[in-house]
Amino acid sequence: MSSEQVIFYILSFWFIASSLAMIFARNAAKAVLFLVLGFFSAASIWILLEAEFLAITLILVYVGAVMVLFLFVIKMLNIDKSTLRAKFAGYLPLGLIVTLIIIAEMTLVLGGAQFGLEVMPSPAKHGADYSNITVLAMQLYTTYVYPFELAAVLLLIAIIAAITLVHKKEINRKKQSISEQVNVSAKDRIRVVSIASPSKENK
Amino acid sequence: MMELWQSFVLGVNELMPWFDGNVAAIVIILIKAFALIMPLLLTVAYFTYAERKVIGYMQLRIGPNRVGPKGWLQPIADALKLMTKEIIFPSRANIYLFLLAPILAIAPAIAVWAVIPFDEGIYVTNLDVSLLYVLAIGSIGVYGIILAGWASNSKYPLLGALRSASLLVSYEIVIGFALVTVVMIAGSVNLNTIVADQQGGMLNWYFIPLFPMMVIFFISALVETNRAPFDVVEGESEIVGGTHVEYSGMTFAVFFLAEYANMILMAVLAVVMFFGGWHSPFEGLGVLESAFAWVPGIVWLLAKSTFFMFLYLWVRATFPRFRYDQIMRLSWKVFLPMTIVWIFVVALMTQLHIGPWFA
Repeated sequence: MSSEQVIFYILSFWFIASSLAMIFARNAAKAVLFLVLGFFSAASIWILLEAEFLAITLILVYVGAVMVLFLFVIKMLNIDKSTLRAKFAGYLPLGLIVTLIIIAEMTLVLGGAQFGLEVMPSPAKHGADYSNITVLAMQLYTTYVYPFELAAVLLLIAIIAAITLVHKKEINRKKQSISEQVNVSAKDRIRVVSIASPSKENK
Repeated sequence: MMELWQSFVLGVNELMPWFDGNVAAIVIILIKAFALIMPLLLTVAYFTYAERKVIGYMQLRIGPNRVGPKGWLQPIADALKLMTKEIIFPSRANIYLFLLAPILAIAPAIAVWAVIPFDEGIYVTNLDVSLLYVLAIGSIGVYGIILAGWASNSKYPLLGALRSASLLVSYEIVIGFALVTVVMIAGSVNLNTIVADQQGGMLNWYFIPLFPMMVIFFISALVETNRAPFDVVEGESEIVGGTHVEYSGMTFAVFFLAEYANMILMAVLAVVMFFGGWHSPFEGLGVLESAFAWVPGIVWLLAKSTFFMFLYLWVRATFPRFRYDQIMRLSWKVFLPMTIVWIFVVALMTQLHIGPWFA
């Protein structure tokens, strides 16, 4: 075995082990952390395949942002495990059928017929001066520029839709005017009242 | 010496044949990492000393002056104290995650340094996507804080972690957009190329066309490293010590190390992105250039970074803490629109070939 193969098998083992651990973890926060470990293993395998831009983007977007928000939400939820497990037996047959269908579909799609070495030969190794990101950028901004821009517009629509959905009407919203807050002076907030001292009057 | 080395390589190859004779490469990487991490940790130690001294003088105090001559041994004494202290685990806390949190904080803070170019050809690794690597690995540090807050099983750490998660995610976007303008000028995401592109005197440095972005980057760096005036994650007056409340002894020291390593990193990054990295400020100035030609590039890089590290302390001694919602407003409603506008400005400058930067 070459060192590359050894590294590949170690990473693949970690990938599979962390994915399984993610599914079987009882604690939601631990499941998220195992998923993060899975992302890292996947990214490392991509780096072995000389796809460093994809690998770094996976970590930047999914580990750095998406999973942080996942953890954020999990921390604030109080998950009651007993209600989650109550209907486990009832859903088991349906779950098994769905699982079997997914496994069958995956084997059909990802099997040797489509992804075998005859159909897809292993990618050629490039030299040290090969820049994966330049090649990718050339493809994205020339050949695939319309699909790329369409995807960007779709994302923009999704952002606007999400903001519109949670945007309340003017009446229900608490709004603060920063300039008013900054320009406030002591006169607007406190009133100094001079009260005659009672002790003097008594004399 | 050479014979000993060769027998070592042969021995390793015999024991672990799948190394393919890559032993030398791995040993060199280890030596480089060691040569980077040791000075880094020493800098962190003396940065804390500098912080106490500088803020002390700014507030008309003397600062630490008891341990060693002029207090120079203070950081060593602090380290010894932290190492010998007992580590207390909160009751019913998740021990594994509680201990994993400081590791997750320090590991990325040190790993990021692998791609920083200190001089022409002096780096641990020359990654083609090094800027993205810095952003990606840097964004992992937030897990340390979030986990610390969650695993402590305590109220104030949880509040601190919630604040930190939302702050870091929003300011990462700002930093990303601000650095897009740098990438647009340099035409590369490789830090070595970005610095090499700023060659030829101070006028060629990127802080001139990207001045607003430089300011935004520095302020966002203050937020990312939880520094005053944006230190609501710790916020002593509001939530005691935030995520650090339940940590004691060495576990706390590791968080401390990570925070200061990140601060130094941000200072170095600001220099690499906007202030010409290892290039001398006297380039292209005739007599001055030749007079200072003997100074190695790493000295210039460190000298410029020291200025930014001083700025951190200056800012901390000067400004009162921001209110939480105002920090969020600053990110989403002020900085983000500004960076997006500046991306278009840079695009326009590129089209018009303005100055030495867009030639």
